[in-house]
Amino acid sequence: MLRNDAAIAVRQLRFEQKAFWRNPAGAVFTFAFPLLFLVIFSLLNSGVRIEERGNISFVTFFVPGILAFGLISACYTNLAIRMTISRDFGILKRVRGTPVPTWAYLAGQVGSSVVITFILFLVTVGLGVVAFDVDFRTSTAVGLFVTLGLGAACFCALGLAVSGLCPNADAAPAIVNFSIFPLLFVSGIFFPLDNAPGWITSVAAVFPMERLADGLQYAFDPRTTGLGFNGGDLWGLLAWTVAGAVLAVRLFRWDSDTK
Amino acid sequence: MPAIRVRDLRKSYDAVEAVRGVDFDVEKGEVFGFLGPNGAGKTTIVEILEGYRRRSSGDVTVLGHDPAKGERALRQRIGIVLQETGVERFLKVAEVLELYCGYYPRPRPVEELLALTGLEAKRNEVVKELSGGQRRRLDLALGLAGDPELVFLDEPTTGFDPTARRDAWEIIRNLRSLGKTIFLTTHYMDEAQNLADRVAVIAAGRIVAEGPPDQLAGRDSATEIRFVPPAGVAFPDIALPDVGVTIDDRGVLVRTEDPTPVLHALTGWALEHGVVLEGLTVTRPSLEDVYLGLTAEATTHE
Repeated sequence: MLRNDAAIAVRQLRFEQKAFWRNPAGAVFTFAFPLLFLVIFSLLNSGVRIEERGNISFVTFFVPGILAFGLISACYTNLAIRMTISRDFGILKRVRGTPVPTWAYLAGQVGSSVVITFILFLVTVGLGVVAFDVDFRTSTAVGLFVTLGLGAACFCALGLAVSGLCPNADAAPAIVNFSIFPLLFVSGIFFPLDNAPGWITSVAAVFPMERLADGLQYAFDPRTTGLGFNGGDLWGLLAWTVAGAVLAVRLFRWDSDTK
Repeated sequence: MPAIRVRDLRKSYDAVEAVRGVDFDVEKGEVFGFLGPNGAGKTTIVEILEGYRRRSSGDVTVLGHDPAKGERALRQRIGIVLQETGVERFLKVAEVLELYCGYYPRPRPVEELLALTGLEAKRNEVVKELSGGQRRRLDLALGLAGDPELVFLDEPTTGFDPTARRDAWEIIRNLRSLGKTIFLTTHYMDEAQNLADRVAVIAAGRIVAEGPPDQLAGRDSATEIRFVPPAGVAFPDIALPDVGVTIDDRGVLVRTEDPTPVLHALTGWALEHGVVLEGLTVTRPSLEDVYLGLTAEATTHE
């Protein structure tokens, strides 16, 4: 039975992927945006080096930031909006009337977001290494993957939770983007905040965006020794993952109006 | 054991009692028509049977299960065709069917579902490109994906053109001949009359009538005979036994329990006097008339 259910989850993932790549809006916003940012900012800042970060090139600083941004787009923004649309359009209600186990259906949804994240990872790092001479460190790759994995779990849980808070499909993009963008700017994803006011970075450090970006930047930092695990960031992400999962279970709804 | 058994079902929303003690059985293999105006509690009852809503009190069994428990074993044996439920818009018809068939232990083959609902030609069409009628047929195909024993059809032909409706009826008759039980919610009386073995009419949270549609339609068994009397001729000076006659601007209306002698007398008189009874019609009250009478009655009693 469990094996059949795992097969259901895999099939769900496969079809979610098909649907994702056929939907131009989703593919462009989730996939093309981070890559576009990578190319534009890297070209604008070619030759810039960042002294505070061990004199790395701007692109080496920027690639982990784009990985964080891409992960958040795929796991949080895309998943939250997708699930709200599915609920609002009655897709979830229809699914609820079939024998598909909840975990298998949601695993398919989350798995699809993880696949998008992984492809984004390959393209972002590949483009960085080939076109912008980014130094990809194999010694810290383990830490990098663990941080990405935990980040994906964290933002998928938060994405499912926030979809429960969105009243309808029309409101979802506004709510989801508003909950993310201000924090993205103060989380040191697009530019270093080493000289920003301390209180801003302290507030930002509470949230998982900063933890994710910092954890990924740590793995790309030439000064990092060891396997690239940043304990503080990982614990922070873990705490948010647990909180997100608890909230997702409490807030998730199959239907917008059934009492 | 019946496929569906409902006893003293009640459901309240806050202070309002939407369902007020409903009893009925749906036998295995029958098409059960469920009729009632909007707001009568119809959707509430259907969604309680489907497991979407909780009842306030009463006993409900569907194929031997309590639907409120949301058991997978039950959902494997029923098919639900709701109104206005979405499908992943960027998947193709055959892909959606493959996905949903995968949810069930013993699905119907995708090819069969396509053929049954006449969607073969649309198999590679993306769902968002389908017309309203095609979407509805896809809804039906998805409801049958698990080869269910019991199918809930919620207004399955709303928005269909007459040909599409006849096609849908044919599908429902086929399902019945395969021994499936069908719980059919509909607004169309002709649909119920054509398809249902038995109907129940709900109004204001209660069942106000139940039985085979013909029997229900025959409850008020007076037959109506209408005609326009010939110009310049007085109303036939014949003795019509035991009838009520009214004359309005549409002509003469005769209501009788026993139309044969009345018709004999009327047509005999017409032939004898060499006149034509224009627009002569003989009608039995339709299910629709009965329905309108019943639901109006129940609503005014509130």
